[in-house]
Amino acid sequence: MMNHRWLEGQAPLMAVLSLVAILFGTFLEVGPIFTASAGPDAVPGVTPYTPLEVAGRDIYIREGCYVCHSQMVRPFRSETLRYGTWSRGGEYVHDRPFQLGSRRIGPDLHRLGGKYPDAWHYEHMRDPRATSPNSVMPPYPWLVDATYDADDIRKSMRALQIAGTPYTDEQVAGTEAALAAQANKIVEGMKPAGIDTEPDREIVALIAYLQRLGKDGTAAFAEEN
Amino acid sequence: MQYDDAIVRKFFGATVLWGVVGMLVGVIIALQLAWWPANLNTPWTTFGRLRPLHTNAVIFAFAGNAVFTAVYYSMQRLLKVRMWNDMLSNVHFWGWQAIIVSAAVTLPLGMTQGKEYAELIWPIDIAIALVWVAFAINFFGTIAIRKVKHLYVAIWFYMSMVITITVLHVVNSLAIPATLTRSYPIFAGMTDALVQWWYGHNAVGFFLTTPFLGMMYYFLPKAAERPVYSYRLSIIHFWALVFLYIWAGPHHLLYSGLPDWAQTLGAIFSIMLIAPSWGGMLNGLLTLRGAWDRLRTDPVLKFYVVGVSFYGMSTFEGPMMSVRAINALTHYTNWTVGHVHSGALGWNGMMTFGMLYWLAPRLFGRKLYNEGWATTHFWMSTIGIVLYILSMWAGGLTEGLQWRAIDDAGLLAYPNFLDTVLALAPFYWVRFLGGTLFLLGTVLMTVNLLLTAKGGPAPQTAAAAK
Repeated sequence: MMNHRWLEGQAPLMAVLSLVAILFGTFLEVGPIFTASAGPDAVPGVTPYTPLEVAGRDIYIREGCYVCHSQMVRPFRSETLRYGTWSRGGEYVHDRPFQLGSRRIGPDLHRLGGKYPDAWHYEHMRDPRATSPNSVMPPYPWLVDATYDADDIRKSMRALQIAGTPYTDEQVAGTEAALAAQANKIVEGMKPAGIDTEPDREIVALIAYLQRLGKDGTAAFAEEN
Repeated sequence: MQYDDAIVRKFFGATVLWGVVGMLVGVIIALQLAWWPANLNTPWTTFGRLRPLHTNAVIFAFAGNAVFTAVYYSMQRLLKVRMWNDMLSNVHFWGWQAIIVSAAVTLPLGMTQGKEYAELIWPIDIAIALVWVAFAINFFGTIAIRKVKHLYVAIWFYMSMVITITVLHVVNSLAIPATLTRSYPIFAGMTDALVQWWYGHNAVGFFLTTPFLGMMYYFLPKAAERPVYSYRLSIIHFWALVFLYIWAGPHHLLYSGLPDWAQTLGAIFSIMLIAPSWGGMLNGLLTLRGAWDRLRTDPVLKFYVVGVSFYGMSTFEGPMMSVRAINALTHYTNWTVGHVHSGALGWNGMMTFGMLYWLAPRLFGRKLYNEGWATTHFWMSTIGIVLYILSMWAGGLTEGLQWRAIDDAGLLAYPNFLDTVLALAPFYWVRFLGGTLFLLGTVLMTVNLLLTAKGGPAPQTAAAAK
């Protein structure tokens, strides 16, 4: 203890030792994930989000959906029965930021893609209790009227590309055309259900993202089993 | 030489103000879960946008300003020197308040990075880094010109905060801007998750724990008029805490796609954390030896005893929740929310209240306006916390058990998620009640402190104010 008394008089050394103490664990625990061998296994078939899905994901983040919904199915029988196959780390490689969530006020969404028709999501976002009685989710009717901006999404695509998402320059440049093609399909698909909306609406982008969730690895997982 | 108490009074006032605001937003979002129309049908007031506002307000505005109040008051006295640079002190104060105001504007507008407790957009992140560096320069500058050779244990804990928060904030905020209000992290997927929870858990460790332990080591012995129980214990638990805490993050990602080795490391170090955490709790509680009788009459000590006890409770509960088998039940449920609040309300809240009541007469040179009100506040907040935690435990268990229940046919016993949502309504109402009680107690404190500052019954004598 006498030596520590001495150390207490050496402020710079004390500061350096505190820094070393926290960096030690940081390098040993966070460091290895950056190496291929210690990181999650790759899942074949996982590709980056389309421009419309990027727009939808931005809305998902903006509205704080992650506050109430997780995107992580745990490897338990009770979870795979409820949601579908469990989540693998390699499925998230294009998620910036990750959206695993920490609370399930509502259900997990990682295997939401393809579970309900587009029209269901449209009605559910407008009035959650129309599709899900007793839900405590707030309604999001403004998504039906609000529009997204193609220029803005191109900027997102470009930033994602710089951050490391493997988009080609052509994909970034072709943002506007890709948006229109995918959005028109969703709008046309909802017409038989009596829903009349425009392809530039935020709700369309959000539906595109929600319908993509957790689908990329499906083929690979089916092969495993 | 005169200590700069004007800056302490500023941080003191900001702590009280942001405490009321942050807790009020908490009560509103608690109501939204019990009664969804309280979302008010506007984009700016939905739960998804207000919940980050609540967490940022109570962590960085309320607890943050409380920490700075403690640091600026105690370090000048412990080092027997005025803060090195008054201008940097004010840059820190006004900069921090500007950051809080900008958070309160941007978060309801939906401007967020979508990472828990690190939601603020990149320009604000840069402002945080700059203001923090101003604080750090002033902090180390003051240490450099100190008149006392040996640093007291409170300073070690403050120092670990200044250093670690710098590292955490810079690394976790690394992102590529797309527009002025939107950016994407340079990390993706599970790497982003690991970095985020390395940050998130150590924000708890080095923003809500170590500086509050520093606060405990200064203000608790002062209020109890007893020396710290064990010098040896303070050395051991300080170094153990600083070394072990940084590893615990992955317990937020158990059963996720994070590689198993990282999950296991996180769980093991979380369990080891019980030792240094309880070292701090015991050193605090045992400092009260010989002063226990004063607990009957002194509201400051009441707050401290309950605060330190909640620290012990939540640092036992946390490691338990890091055990995989228990985490399987508690993760994603209200239990976690209850756990967080036993730390935030019980430890950070009660320690802050004790400090504010102890400081008020010394900062304003008058006796506390009404000591009876302080005791009433103590009981309101204690009962409020108990209601909060019990309802969240019960609600969390309900969720955890219903989600996993399998019937004799091997199928889900509660296949409709909405059945569980409906079952939680009573617990949400009790939690709302507990939170409201806690908020009202804080409002009572605010009135009491305001009346003390504006002119209590009689000015204290110089000797008592010392």
